[in-house]
Amino acid sequence: MYSITSREDLASGIYLFKVEAEDIAKKAKPGQFIILRMDDKGERIPLTIADWDEKTVTIVFMEVGKTTQKLATLSAGDSIADFVGPLGQPTEIESFGRVIVVGGGVGIAPIFPLARELKRKRNTVISIIGSRNKDLLFWEDKMRSVSDEIIVTTDDGSYGRKALVTQPLKEILEREKIQRVFAVGPVIMMKFCAATTKPFDVKTMVSLNPIMVDGTGMCGCCRVEVGGETKFACVDGPDFDAYLVDFDLLMMRQRAYLDEEKKALEMWEKSCPKS
Amino acid sequence: MPEKLNLNRVPMPRQDPKVRRGNFDEVALGYTEEQALEEAGRCIQCKKPSCKEGCPVNVDIPEFINAVRENNMREAVKILQSKNSLPAICGRVCPQETQCEVKCNLAKKGAPIAIGRLERYVADWGRAHPEVTAEREGQSFSIVDKKVAVVGSGPAGLTCACDLAKLGYAVTIFEALHIAGGVLMYGIPEFRLPKEIVQSEVDYVKSWGVDIKLNQVIGKTKTADEILGNGFEAVFLAPGAGAPMFLGIPGENLSGIYSANEFLTRTNLMKAYLFPEYDTPIKAGKRVAVFGGGNVAMDAARCALRLGASEVNIIYRRSKIEMPARAEERENAEEEGIIFRLLTNPLRFIGDDQGRVVAVECYEMELGEPDESGRRRPIRKPGTEFVTEIDTAIIALGTRPNPIVPSTTSRLKLTKWGTIITDEATGRTSRDEIWCGGDMATGAATVISAMGAGKRAAVSIDSYLKSG
Ligand SMILES: Cc1cc2nc3c(=O)[nH]c(=O)nc-3n(C[C@H](O)[C@H](O)[C@H](O)COP(=O)(O)OP(=O)(O)OC[C@H]3O[C@@H](n4cnc5c(N)ncnc54)[C@H](O)[C@@H]3O)c2cc1C
Ligand SMILES: Cc1cc2nc3c(=O)[nH]c(=O)nc-3n(C[C@H](O)[C@H](O)[C@H](O)COP(=O)(O)OP(=O)(O)OC[C@H]3O[C@@H](n4cnc5c(N)ncnc54)[C@H](O)[C@@H]3O)c2cc1C
Ligand code: SF4
Ligand code: SF4
Ligand code: FES
Repeated sequence: MYSITSREDLASGIYLFKVEAEDIAKKAKPGQFIILRMDDKGERIPLTIADWDEKTVTIVFMEVGKTTQKLATLSAGDSIADFVGPLGQPTEIESFGRVIVVGGGVGIAPIFPLARELKRKRNTVISIIGSRNKDLLFWEDKMRSVSDEIIVTTDDGSYGRKALVTQPLKEILEREKIQRVFAVGPVIMMKFCAATTKPFDVKTMVSLNPIMVDGTGMCGCCRVEVGGETKFACVDGPDFDAYLVDFDLLMMRQRAYLDEEKKALEMWEKSCPKS
Repeated sequence: MPEKLNLNRVPMPRQDPKVRRGNFDEVALGYTEEQALEEAGRCIQCKKPSCKEGCPVNVDIPEFINAVRENNMREAVKILQSKNSLPAICGRVCPQETQCEVKCNLAKKGAPIAIGRLERYVADWGRAHPEVTAEREGQSFSIVDKKVAVVGSGPAGLTCACDLAKLGYAVTIFEALHIAGGVLMYGIPEFRLPKEIVQSEVDYVKSWGVDIKLNQVIGKTKTADEILGNGFEAVFLAPGAGAPMFLGIPGENLSGIYSANEFLTRTNLMKAYLFPEYDTPIKAGKRVAVFGGGNVAMDAARCALRLGASEVNIIYRRSKIEMPARAEERENAEEEGIIFRLLTNPLRFIGDDQGRVVAVECYEMELGEPDESGRRRPIRKPGTEFVTEIDTAIIALGTRPNPIVPSTTSRLKLTKWGTIITDEATGRTSRDEIWCGGDMATGAATVISAMGAGKRAAVSIDSYLKSG
């Protein structure tokens, strides 16, 4: 059992847990993820490592379905049955020069350790973080602390600039030469980020989030197409060159269990009415 | 030899195919006491029991059968467990017809003793009488002050760990998944090998003081080198050969197309057949096509049927004789209504606008001259393409070694197939303090061969640590 040492409600439906997992904390690098299984009947779900210290690993998750909603009922002192990692390849981080990191929605969490490491490697870090509205935004301060410049956007203009993240992205690329772009967030956002940077031909890395089971290369559930080749996101990724990724296929594979997910969620909500 | 040989092998009672295709309960029901005594009574207790030569873990076959004949089950359990830590598993899934039973002196007469079935009977009796196996309680473990690590808790890892623990070593198994057992737990379906039985044999291994640490991906959470730097004096690598192969044809990444590993893992390990009580979903659909002709294909097809499919086709490019699946499993599948489409090969998958598979295009094959494997090579018959509608496809082409362990362990020599170069007799690798065995050393093989490798490695590790 892995115990939750603290919980923070970061934004509407977005939660942070620090989980005691010393082995994983010692090894964690930006871009890697863990897989957890809440209890004996639970599903294995992947979550990116958003931070770590000597003994704990921080995860940030958004309530979307049964598992994440169940997870959100836990608090400090509770524990999670299984917690394994760090999985996947770490993000390739060098001294590139000037870089842009884009975090959309819950994708702001994984972008933080990445930006911090980029900064540590003496890059000039320009961060763009965006969410649908003000209630969903978090970690602006943390991101500011590791960025040379930060732009905050909301879709509805309730905070920061009313824009999609791709708009400031385009403006910066028009303004100056950038050596690398990293984008993490919903697939559709990553797809449009790729389309935005493409005309400027700046190497753009995205972190893919297909459905996974084991996370160790054993099942092939997480397969994605990159440059016409099949890759297993859990072991070959999750980071890939955005210009080579088949985003439409990824979105279709993510929807493979929509009916089942709906059913599971309805049953859960019925058995445990939320206040 | 006695005057008259009894050549009437006692058949195994099984669930009716019409009933069992609708449930996940065990297909083979096991002998009754009467049946076990009758079958054991047929054994002629040969002076030269050649049956033993066929068993990779050297089970004392005539001895345990004799104990059964005398109705001394306590003794039978002890004899069995002295060589085999997982007898209830072996009695169910060993390919006995090519192992011990083929060597039985009565095999020539077409009626070898049903060694596997008797082994299963004895092991199940032992499970029902835990006081017999619990006799060790109070005994102190770890009498040798040396720590050994085992990577992977499949049959190879469990066997090696248990044998070393019995010798008094402090053994820790590091397992990547959240449950111990390897393929026994995630691959082989409940109706062939109930998970409760695997669990109880894992518990037996633990009862010897073996510590199993779950959720440890060696190569990620820590490496084999780090384990060695941390007080362990030897490591046995047994991570299996778990990486699935695909066909490499167009449309293979559409939704609804599974590797057999994913399909079986969802079903068995994650218990998707009990969805939504369990959270992991699976979509078997109504029309299922399984590609491949081995045991794994049979297991996937039979699971699909039990998950509610109305038509399950096994599509295999050669003919029935070349099928690598055990005859017994093929017959079980046929009885349950699985359709075999032989000499057929897929060309491409066809999807709808949602990216879901809706059909597969195949062509027919015919058999030509024998190839290097001695099997007749299938050749494409031109102009035979046809399209079949399907909801789900399962690719059961086999697996290869997962590179995580070999690629993160320093100075290990590998073969071109990615397996770790290992001395078969001892399990030694190119590094002094590292041993390897099971599917990672041989490529996908069998439970009993993995166990045999675990046993031989335990002997070698013991002599290395004693001399060192
Ligand atoms: C490498 C990786 C890193 C991720 N990091 C984060 C993160 O840091 N924070 C966060 O909030 N989310 C993250 N996700 C997504 C997260 O795993 C899903 O939101 C979660 O699994 C949904 O489970 P559910 O039962 O609540 O929802 P469900 O109702 O089951 O599913 C909702 C949607 O989530 C996706 N999903 C479902 N099951 C899985 C699964 N087993 N594996 C992956 N995706 C699934 C599907 O697209 C599905 O349509 C990550 C995914 C991947 C692959
Ligand atoms: C569906 C199916 C049906 C089969 N049916 C039969 C049958 O009827 N009879 C028969 O004899 N054989 C059968 N086999 C083959 C048999 O199961 C295997 O040959 C046998 O399990 C191999 O044993 P192993 O110990 O080498 O590896 P495995 O059983 O594969 O166990 C390896 C273990 O190591 C773990 N592991 C992997 N990587 C790591 C890592 N990096 N760190 C930590 N742990 C790790 C895995 O999670 C797993 O638990 C079947 C195989 C399959 C897939
Ligand atoms: S372990 Fe397997 S091979 Fe050995 S005697 Fe038992 S059934 Fe036969
Ligand atoms: S060879 Fe057959 S008959 Fe002879 S001892 Fe072995 S099991 Fe019995
Ligand atoms: S999640 Fe199973 S192979 Fe990637």
